[in-house]
Amino acid sequence: MGKTLFDKIWERHIVKQIDNGPAVFYIDRHFIHEVTSPQAFNGLDKRGVKVFRPQQTIATADHNVPTLNQHLPIKDLLSRQQVDALIQNCNNHGIELYGLGHPNQGIVHVIGPELGITQPGMTIVCGDSHTSTHGAFGNIAFGIGTSEVEMVLATQCLLQSKPKLMRITIDGELQKGVLSKDIVLYILSKISSSGATGHAIEFEGSAIRNLSMEARMTICNMSIEMGGRCGLIAPDETTFEYLKDKPFAPKNDEWGKALTEWEKLFSDEDAVFDKEILINAAEIPPMITYGTNPGMGIGVNENIPTAESVSETDKKGLTASLEYMGLDAGMPIKGKKIDYVFIGSCTNSRIEDLRLVADFVKGKQKAKEVEVWIVPGSKQVEKQAINEGLDVIFQASGFRLRQPGCSACLGMNEDKIPAGKYCISTSNRNFEGRQGAGARTLLASPLTAAAAAISGEVMDVRDLL
Amino acid sequence: MHLITQKINIIHSRFVPLNIENVDTDQIIPARFLKATTREGFGKNLFRDWRFENDDEMKPKNGFVLNDNNYGGEILVAAKNFGCGSSREHAAWALQDFGFKAVVSSFFADIFKNNALNNGVLPVTVSESFLRSIFALNENESLLIDLEKQQISIPSKGLSENFDINAYKKNCLLNGYDDIDYLISIKEDIIQYEQSIV
Ligand code: SF4
Repeated sequence: MGKTLFDKIWERHIVKQIDNGPAVFYIDRHFIHEVTSPQAFNGLDKRGVKVFRPQQTIATADHNVPTLNQHLPIKDLLSRQQVDALIQNCNNHGIELYGLGHPNQGIVHVIGPELGITQPGMTIVCGDSHTSTHGAFGNIAFGIGTSEVEMVLATQCLLQSKPKLMRITIDGELQKGVLSKDIVLYILSKISSSGATGHAIEFEGSAIRNLSMEARMTICNMSIEMGGRCGLIAPDETTFEYLKDKPFAPKNDEWGKALTEWEKLFSDEDAVFDKEILINAAEIPPMITYGTNPGMGIGVNENIPTAESVSETDKKGLTASLEYMGLDAGMPIKGKKIDYVFIGSCTNSRIEDLRLVADFVKGKQKAKEVEVWIVPGSKQVEKQAINEGLDVIFQASGFRLRQPGCSACLGMNEDKIPAGKYCISTSNRNFEGRQGAGARTLLASPLTAAAAAISGEVMDVRDLL
Repeated sequence: MHLITQKINIIHSRFVPLNIENVDTDQIIPARFLKATTREGFGKNLFRDWRFENDDEMKPKNGFVLNDNNYGGEILVAAKNFGCGSSREHAAWALQDFGFKAVVSSFFADIFKNNALNNGVLPVTVSESFLRSIFALNENESLLIDLEKQQISIPSKGLSENFDINAYKKNCLLNGYDDIDYLISIKEDIIQYEQSIV
């Protein structure tokens, strides 16, 4: 029987199999940020242990940073202390830190790929659930808790049990105005936010092959929202082309050698998955969420479900969600007035996202009552956007390009959506209070968000293209 | 090996019923309370936005089960897909700090499950029907969890069910062992592995 892509990478990273227990699993790359690492370093210090392989860990500050005036000290004392603790810990243990002010700083899942640190065939972890993003390069990448961060710092290993395997095949052509964010929101609406729990998900099919690396990252990013342990896409020419000449990509002879290895990374014809799902790309509309988990999504032209239209167990959840969201069952979502637009987060804050938005809003004006935040995923993205003059386009439309960070994705730093307000957001989570206590989030693609920025309401971006 | 967690074996206690599906870790502990650099003290913000009216007043919200004096105990019982979303281990720390020793659900999100196990909070996965039987109990009844036997029961009803747990993890919890100590103890194997792959 053939092997899956996941099997091939998994097997290569087993240090040892514990009888009747998990495997000792070797980690190639480890990313850390300020929020989930301090307790891990405390643990090491308590044990009197140094970081085992400091060159394999890279740090950045992203969750707690302001996105305006980054040259000034962070106002919030606790946030500042956390960022300072990261600096201190990285110094003590010899870890490379791309902190505030560094040209490589940015959201951890944006900088890994853009610097070429993320590569095919690797095992990658971070104390952050959206580590699944990196799987777009054909590697095993997953989020871990702080105790596990400590394990990786101390030994470069984790104890892991092999997950089940699921394949989601998306074939066919996408409609105009439909982006990879719509693909993943559509899958979520079909299989729910627990539909892939316990599984590693491989995404395949012609629609995936036709996507850019950045668009692929958006899909893998949200595989955790289905409960997936990780999401991965076999590397191909698009992957190699993207990685070539990136600062940390293999150079000269090493590049050729790496390529030979990477080309072996795909699921064999006769590989067997525990679960298979097939999706026709042409059926996918621009999507939007109406509820409080990412599985609660519909096409922008559809009506919000009614209690009668959902299963018995989903009824209670639906009622509670709609109450929180202040939305009515059975009503159209199109035309819903919006207060905030957030374009950013590790799901959609890369240069292609900003280009799409700029291209769309060029020559148009922002709706008066809407507040729009455009937050690049990294310093590099910010620089590129400015080089291409995107900031000028945004400005002319009445928006402002802010500075890189997680921003309004999680209601932790200064950028929060006020209670009761509606925010159309390109991020990945619409949980209660995710963007600030009482905030109401509608997840959508950068194009659908840009359309709302212009019109002040939810609309079908296809009508404007 | 040193002990990082309390040993767990028998938990016999009343329980707190949280009959809500898809409880995500942002609800268990909202992001704005993740700014501490130590593991202690998260219990006071457990389910913060469901428990209290707003941050200024901290007025308990009526109708939320943790504010209901009729309920209490060391076991939290929740509907399916508990702990989804963010990987924040602060969720497990908050539950533990609040006094929970076990969480019962019909389905746990992966990362949360690991985080709970690493902090001596036992995740017990039961069938949907067993979960319904628990939610049907009144507030004075108790649950009995026996880790050694991998069994959870409702003594008053004579009902019980077995639950799965990985043998290695079970041994760690019964003895209070810690994964990091184990990994450090096999460092030679790790170094050998590193040399074998280059
Ligand atoms: S952008 Fe949002 S989801 Fe991504 S790492 Fe930051 S907080 Fe997490």
